[in-house]
Amino acid sequence: MIRFILRRLVLAFAVFLIVVTVSFLLTRLSGDLAVSIAGPNATAEDVATVRARYGFDRPLPVQFAVWFGNLLHGDLGTSYLYREPVADLLAKRLPVTLTLGAVGLVLAVLVGVPLGIAAAVANGSVWDRLIGLVGLVGQAMPSFWLALLMMIWVGVYWQLLPISGLDDWQGYVMPGIVLAASSVPVLMRLTRAGMVEALASDYVRTARAKGLSWASVLLKHALRNAAMPVVTVAAVQFGFMLGGSVVIESIFALHGMGFLAWEAISKGDFAVVQAVVLLLATIFILLTLIADLLNALIDPRLRIA
Amino acid sequence: MSVLAVQDLRVGFRDGTLAVRGISLDLGHGETLGLVGESGCGKSVTSLAVMGLLARGAARTAAGIRLAGEDIARASERRMAQLRGDRIAMIFQEPMTSLNPAYTVGDQLSEVYRRHRGAGRLQARDRAADLLARVGIANPGLRLAQYPHELSGGLRQRVMIAMALMCEPDVLIADEPTTALDVTVQAQILRLLQDLQKETGLAILLITHDLGVVARMADRVSVMYAGEIVESGTAEALFGRPMHPYTRGLLDSIPVPGKLRPGDQLKAIPGTVPRITAAFRGCGFRDRCGLADRGCEDTIMPREEGPQHRYLCRLSSELQGQAS
Repeated sequence: MIRFILRRLVLAFAVFLIVVTVSFLLTRLSGDLAVSIAGPNATAEDVATVRARYGFDRPLPVQFAVWFGNLLHGDLGTSYLYREPVADLLAKRLPVTLTLGAVGLVLAVLVGVPLGIAAAVANGSVWDRLIGLVGLVGQAMPSFWLALLMMIWVGVYWQLLPISGLDDWQGYVMPGIVLAASSVPVLMRLTRAGMVEALASDYVRTARAKGLSWASVLLKHALRNAAMPVVTVAAVQFGFMLGGSVVIESIFALHGMGFLAWEAISKGDFAVVQAVVLLLATIFILLTLIADLLNALIDPRLRIA
Repeated sequence: MSVLAVQDLRVGFRDGTLAVRGISLDLGHGETLGLVGESGCGKSVTSLAVMGLLARGAARTAAGIRLAGEDIARASERRMAQLRGDRIAMIFQEPMTSLNPAYTVGDQLSEVYRRHRGAGRLQARDRAADLLARVGIANPGLRLAQYPHELSGGLRQRVMIAMALMCEPDVLIADEPTTALDVTVQAQILRLLQDLQKETGLAILLITHDLGVVARMADRVSVMYAGEIVESGTAEALFGRPMHPYTRGLLDSIPVPGKLRPGDQLKAIPGTVPRITAAFRGCGFRDRCGLADRGCEDTIMPREEGPQHRYLCRLSSELQGQAS
């Protein structure tokens, strides 16, 4: 088990290094940063000044070394737009996005997994098809549209929840539901597939031959074996929720990281873009690592590797 | 006194196939009954039907299924769950896949005892260690903490047997318990079952296609074909004087060392088990039988060849008479 964890850590760190390099290169290759920072009315002199100030005139490897060195000290550079250290900006925005993502993930798991189990138990029946249909509709519905519908009905007509902003926890509910809605069908289908397979397995037959309760057969013996792909995909979905909350955050006016990233990209705030890409990639790596470790906890056969 | 008595058991599937057609079985305390037949003859369906474990879409009827005096033919699922693993237990052909890969051996053994005896964790664990020792597993303490993938096939089948015996059931249904194992391990497992039977008076319903296993283990034998028992009797009578052409075919298709010369063909029964629906009349074996004529398309009445030796064939007695 310890060897397994060490191997995964080394692997994760290698991926992290690659991501650092790529996120640096991507921003440098997307046009002359000095020109976009200096703005449309800048003279050649202004551009040259900007270029010297941000170090764009130095060779790429040197720039990379400086940036990477700063990164190791926790210095992600300064946003030219906000005139604030990027690290401070992220520290303010990340909790909003993380909370939103967590709400979305918890909701998605709480709805998707039980629906998947129910569909597997009712395999082939009307209920199974009905659940499948709900999943299909959920997946086909664009999230911005669902967001608008919810704002109109839940927010304006019924006035159950605030339509935008983050005055208290209630502000997370609607965007959380919208985020979860696109993940529920994915988790549901995976749970269903895994459970159908597990329920047809020899070990479930053994469990039933032992006279175990239906709950124990279903939730102990079958679910644990069906859970692995669900865990992996739930981790990836969580990553999508964090990275893909741009639309949701702008619709509900939540000042999270997605909003920040969108702003930074459209205005060429390279330090922020770089940092957000790096942060999201790091989160993805961590999530994959966590999913791997969770799967090793679920299935002892994986611990040997 | 019989601990398991099955009367006129029938199982049909949704597509109209009749998998089991009016089977009766009787199993006494400390006795082994061999249920023999080739794949698809309905022997596994029979065992699952007795356990109440048929898949959805399979319908079971029976005049009676008595387990230690209690009629379980119409028992609720709740009652069946209480009896399964406690009074009637089952082991399966595939020890590789019959244990849950995600839980330790100890956990899977303990949960039976905890469920049926309301035992605590430690008590169940002690019981599990006892049982592992009894099925001949050295170092039970170590094995309890292991996962199924860390054990060999023979060990896993021993674990399955230990699991089945956790609550000292009256009846053990063993569905091809040695088919997936090496020959040497097979012999060990069979001996183990015999020893345990002597110790506890366990009644064993041994389901197999392997007549060698039956000859070794069974007191009485029922030969099953196309959902019916075509011949039944004591092992002695049935092997000594097989009456049904199918039984003879089965016996002829066993390779006996020394009997065949190199290059000789081993006898085989041509064809496969037919699919039987409600419209079917007569002998299920007639399409594969060398003796069959038009008369075999009528309903066949059971005949007797000595006490307790019954068979379903209208022709073979004459033939047997000519031969002897």
